[in-house]
Amino acid sequence: MDIILQIFSLTILWSTIRLATPLILASLGGIFSERSGVINIALEGIMLVGAFAGIYGMHLTGSAWFGVLFSIIVGLLIAGIHAVVTVKFKTNQVVSGTAINILASGLTVFLLDVVWNVSGSSPRIGRLPTWTLGPLSFNPIVYIAFIMVPVVWVVLYKTPWGLRIRAVGEHPHAADTMGINVNRIRFICVMLSGAFGGIAGAALSLGELGIFQREMTAGRGFIALAAMIFGKWNPVGAFLASLLFAFAQAISLSAINIPFIPRELINTLPYIVTIIVLATFVGKSAAPKAVGKAYDKGER
Amino acid sequence: MKNNVYFKYLKPASIELLYAGLSILVALIIGAFFILFTETSPLVAYQRMFEGAFSGNNIYATLFRSTPLILTGLAVAFAFRSGLFNIGAEGQYLIGAFTAAWAGFYFTNLPRIIHLPLVLILAIIAGGLWASIAGFLKAKLGANEVINTIMLNYIAIYLTISYGIRAVNEQPGQPGTPFILSTARIGNLGEIMNVPAIRVHGGFIIALLAALFMWYFMWKTKSGYEIRAVGLNSHAAEYGGVNVAKNVILAMFISGALAGLAGAGEVLGTHSRFIQGMNAGHGFTGIAVALVGNNNPFAVVLSGLLFGALSQGGFAMGRVGVPRDIVTIIQALVIFSIAISQVIRTHLAKKRAKEAAK
Repeated sequence: MDIILQIFSLTILWSTIRLATPLILASLGGIFSERSGVINIALEGIMLVGAFAGIYGMHLTGSAWFGVLFSIIVGLLIAGIHAVVTVKFKTNQVVSGTAINILASGLTVFLLDVVWNVSGSSPRIGRLPTWTLGPLSFNPIVYIAFIMVPVVWVVLYKTPWGLRIRAVGEHPHAADTMGINVNRIRFICVMLSGAFGGIAGAALSLGELGIFQREMTAGRGFIALAAMIFGKWNPVGAFLASLLFAFAQAISLSAINIPFIPRELINTLPYIVTIIVLATFVGKSAAPKAVGKAYDKGER
Repeated sequence: MKNNVYFKYLKPASIELLYAGLSILVALIIGAFFILFTETSPLVAYQRMFEGAFSGNNIYATLFRSTPLILTGLAVAFAFRSGLFNIGAEGQYLIGAFTAAWAGFYFTNLPRIIHLPLVLILAIIAGGLWASIAGFLKAKLGANEVINTIMLNYIAIYLTISYGIRAVNEQPGQPGTPFILSTARIGNLGEIMNVPAIRVHGGFIIALLAALFMWYFMWKTKSGYEIRAVGLNSHAAEYGGVNVAKNVILAMFISGALAGLAGAGEVLGTHSRFIQGMNAGHGFTGIAVALVGNNNPFAVVLSGLLFGALSQGGFAMGRVGVPRDIVTIIQALVIFSIAISQVIRTHLAKKRAKEAAK
């Protein structure tokens, strides 16, 4: 009984909301990219570089908000690589994403050494202020994430531009016939996912810790993709799935002792939940039909 | 001549080598811009890297570094051939390494001729089963193997490094498992040649044999043919009477087994136990190794040697003030340039075919 009360406590709820923030933002980014037909497993790396850029931006300017701006710009730049490589050169999207993840992992550690001459984590640079709204007390990115969910939903389902994105991801040839520039939409969507991934990274470094640590994303980019898949590529679904995964993370990070499970293994909970959810509730359905396929005008 | 197996497989490998060489050159040129940030001349840095990898006894160190990379490269390549993206070689490597370490100290009073093979077989099975989880979920439930193998990486880290090391030690705070018994050690070339500086261990021979195995299995057996058929077009294979689900699981098992073998080699030949720093990214480097080798086992060996040289040379660059993580950046750049060069190649081939048709 005691455990159940601990698990469904306010502490866990607030912690869930904070931990869900980077997942929500990254999964919204993933939705833009995949809805337009481009797999973006680079989100993990984009988040990592975004987290670094946020701290570095604050280090340079002294302002956490400039840090966030840096995260977004750098997210756009890294996503730009993915966009050029996959949309322009039509390279395998998973391969390009993997390369970006490896690049991000090496680049951030390399830059830690170049900028601060350290290897594990940056000095404490500082973090975003906390905004208090009634009982809520979070960093601003948390509110931004929650507002973006309906915004992205409206953009995707209620605007002509959203219709175009979905058309490009489902049936690029038909979209092309209608006069939509398939590759341009894809390019923009991948870039957008970079902006979301960048700010998701800032949520980790500037929003929570005030420092950058190597590999601090720890698979959150991939968990966000799983949230997107579990949410059937729908912003509201991805939001709910992000909350579920964040809940698992909140439990794993809390001091709650689960009987029969060694302390060290409780940390595997978010990853195990991800696997179970992907395997049981999702199946093969619902992915945008053209996802993963480069679009070539001349081919049928 | 045309039917000669060596001719058939080595000729494509030499073309791969040309493309790989060009791609690496491009990656090194872009990498030079990153080196400029460190206020070291890229030329000096690369010269050090080259010396660090090839001069004198360093060539042995390169062979030593390439040993796990050849095996994880083969692991990723094997999965690629069956149409699967195994990003989980890192986790399978850890599970294999931990199993080898455990079996290395747990079984006592066995003669070496039994102990060493037993340890290797257990590591192979453990790595294979770990990968099979993702294979099973893919085959039976359609769950994305890319995300699942990545999740299994994180679980493997907690299972072996956070939990496993404590679980097998009586006293807390140990940085590794107990040392393996001498009956489980793989022989070292340096011991045989009586030059202690040489660290190449028997795992290198195992890696070469694994490449031979992959070639034989993939191109000379029915199972290998079926796995390749699934990789080329799973729907057509299914229609042709191939059991796709079975082959997906089998391919993941063998892929994981090769990664597990890489882990076993590092434990039995290098550290003599499982240590906290075991997750050195060999699984991820394996992705680059497989791509550069274009999933051809013999080219993967060469590509593994090349990445071993990069890794070994990275230490030498570290001594002139270039962080050795530049090697990781160069690896990523190599993947980009290889991937783009392959697309350009296909494009050129198509263009040529079109012109020939006219």
